[in-house]
Amino acid sequence: MIPEIGHFALILALCVALVQGTLPIYGAAVGNSRLMALASPAARCQFFLVLTAFGCLAYAFASKDFSVLYVAATSNSQLPLHYRLAAIWGAHEGSLLLWTFILTIWMFAVTLFSSHLPEAMRSRILGVMGLVSVGFLLFMLSVSNPFERLIPAAVEGRDLNPLLQDPGMVLHPPMLYMGYVGFSVAFAFALAALLGGNLDAAWARWSRPWTTVAWCFLTIGIALGSGWAYYELGWGGWWFWDPVENASFMPWLAGTALVHSLAVTDKRGGFKVWTVLLAIMAFSLSLLGTFLVRSGVLTSVHAFATDPKRGLFILSFLAVVIGGSLLLYAWRAPRVGLGGGFAPVSREGFLLANNVLLVVATGAVLLGTLYPLFLDALDLGKISVGPPYFDSVFVPLITPALFLMGVGPLAQWKKAEIPDLAKRVRWAAGVSMLTALGLPIVLGEWTPLLSLGFLLACWIVVTAVVSVREQLAHVVGGGIGTRLARLPRAYWGMLLAHCGIAVFVVGVTMVKGFETEQDVRMGMGDVATVGGYTFRFDGVQNVRGPNYTAVRGTFHVSRDGRETALLYPEKRRYTAQNQVMTEAAIDSGVVRDLYVSLGEPLEDGAWSVRLYHKPFVNWIWGGCLIMALGGALAVSDRRYRPAWRREPQVVPANAQLAGR
Amino acid sequence: MSRFLLPLTIFAVMVGFLAVGLTLNPREIPSPLIGKAAPAFSLPQLHDDGKTLSLDDMKGQVWLLNFWASWCSGCRTEHPILMDLARSGVAPIYGMDYKDQKHEALAWLDQWGNPYQVVAVDAAGRVGIDYGVYGVPETYVIDKQGVIRYKQIGPLDDETVTKKILPLIQELQAK
Repeated sequence: MIPEIGHFALILALCVALVQGTLPIYGAAVGNSRLMALASPAARCQFFLVLTAFGCLAYAFASKDFSVLYVAATSNSQLPLHYRLAAIWGAHEGSLLLWTFILTIWMFAVTLFSSHLPEAMRSRILGVMGLVSVGFLLFMLSVSNPFERLIPAAVEGRDLNPLLQDPGMVLHPPMLYMGYVGFSVAFAFALAALLGGNLDAAWARWSRPWTTVAWCFLTIGIALGSGWAYYELGWGGWWFWDPVENASFMPWLAGTALVHSLAVTDKRGGFKVWTVLLAIMAFSLSLLGTFLVRSGVLTSVHAFATDPKRGLFILSFLAVVIGGSLLLYAWRAPRVGLGGGFAPVSREGFLLANNVLLVVATGAVLLGTLYPLFLDALDLGKISVGPPYFDSVFVPLITPALFLMGVGPLAQWKKAEIPDLAKRVRWAAGVSMLTALGLPIVLGEWTPLLSLGFLLACWIVVTAVVSVREQLAHVVGGGIGTRLARLPRAYWGMLLAHCGIAVFVVGVTMVKGFETEQDVRMGMGDVATVGGYTFRFDGVQNVRGPNYTAVRGTFHVSRDGRETALLYPEKRRYTAQNQVMTEAAIDSGVVRDLYVSLGEPLEDGAWSVRLYHKPFVNWIWGGCLIMALGGALAVSDRRYRPAWRREPQVVPANAQLAGR
Repeated sequence: MSRFLLPLTIFAVMVGFLAVGLTLNPREIPSPLIGKAAPAFSLPQLHDDGKTLSLDDMKGQVWLLNFWASWCSGCRTEHPILMDLARSGVAPIYGMDYKDQKHEALAWLDQWGNPYQVVAVDAAGRVGIDYGVYGVPETYVIDKQGVIRYKQIGPLDDETVTKKILPLIQELQAK
């Protein structure tokens, strides 16, 4: 009965979405305010309907209702409750429901925070989001119904894929989807502006917080996924350039470009057409990511069950949504006109250059991801494009972008002078150069890549310090503390996010440059040394988990005779699917991770063991977290709060200061 | 106007490819190398830098040459099939570790099992160029005289192995 309620709620939600996607947009076109007024209640109603459906599916999982096909396929009576609930998004149907649910959450949020928007604008935004929702609800109801019954009911479920039975599974997909789907708001704002023909600075200011919030979620989502792969796959790798990872990285790159482009549109009225295109791109790439994961056109560790009908549906949906919006863009954008002019050397110029680099990087990742598919389509066989391609393309593109990141915030809007800039950053450049040359030597190894990494990280941080010093010079009165506090939060947010990148770069540089590992055969009592740490293997014992049996190894780790950690890596066999999983054991620290994973059992109780010493690896995710915090700080700026209530044009004095 | 249509055009081309991608299955294509002598190589061995593996070492037997890499997901896909082939012992399989990191390759074999008699290291992908490798994985069937008889682009699957490769190996071994 409960699953039928869920199913019925989805059908009702589709009906509401159809209303929401058509009448308000039509109303906005003909100026009928009664039709426009439908948008908000429809969006809220849709939210509650999808919430109901989501709740029903959660209930089916919680109560182990194996008469529901999806529940029987992705859970098991032995599976602990938190994983049963996470199993809602453990496979295709349920993750679509999560996608739609999150879309309605964003819609609901738009209805709450849009009272200051002109009515036509608001109804267009919600209308566009309603149309996106129609597509997803139709998809679920036609070929991927999560509530489909299994009659007769299964006695036992097939269990959730053991790879997914991890705390990462509980958080990573919802965060990632919050990011993916969050870009639908910026997308809807852009389309609404194109439809209404009012692409102005106010539009950009309204879009900015939404875009930044989505970007923060996406950043955290990707970092969680990367961290999860790091400890779950037992390889110690944190990024594999897997098609599905790329699928989440591409919207991130486009979204990062969008955040910066919006800043220019907001403050200078420039880049309008470009911003609109980026907003369309960011969301389109999110949809493309969904397509790549769902349709099974590419092989990946994330591969879900594939079904050509589903692939065809998503592709058609993609063609309609993206094709439609690009058509609208081609039709309406030429009339938007350009913003104020600017010299090539100016903050706009640097931001544009950075934007272009980010978009080219997105294109390179897209090409690398789809190249195997293109060859396949041209009947040239199935291949993999791996890290060699991505590493060699990505580093040269991102290096100048990181360099510009340092100068950009220091340059004046409209026109900057190179000699003046050079004078202001000469100390930063000197310090960075010295660090780049000296630090690797101090650490005992000099390679060009190490130097480059330190140069960029140091450059970003030192130019940020230069920027703060210059900003302080413009704030009058008070002690240093009050003067610092007077700088706008958006400014601090930007600096923090940029420093997050620096932290990330340090992490990557140190891991790539100094990680050490050993694959060894270890018997009881054997000792191996990695990165100055001594690992002693004290044998294995059998343990039982709720739905698996495992062999657990014990390792004593010591350094200079002092014990540092006890590590218990496991080799688990999940009973329902009889699948073996490696569970690495990690001793985490600020400056290094010690990582042990069990390979295969050998004769005489010996094991093949992988030992890793990974310096600064946590800085990689720490950097991402700092970036997201920076975004959150920027969103909390006063600038957006009064702007939500009052009409624009009222720019706080210190915001202008930050805009210098 | 035209520059505003550019994104749409790019997207349309992409959709075209994606649509074809949905319908088409990977198939082998005639390679210009089939029927020609396998290009010579002499490369260090993965498990022992000191030793080399060269084409002449395999003269007189029918063998498989498999290009793979630890970073390649398609190689993971075909790996169980290679393991089965190796266990059945119909023909020796030689691996060519393509543009890979040595320690990662070793760890990979350690984790998933090693179906290869010997693995040679093609770190720069030079031999791959000689063999016209599009990408990994690729598998070649080479006869007793060192002539390439078959080329599989992309992962091996059960059907190709039972219907094409095994009969071909038997035929070549009988010669």
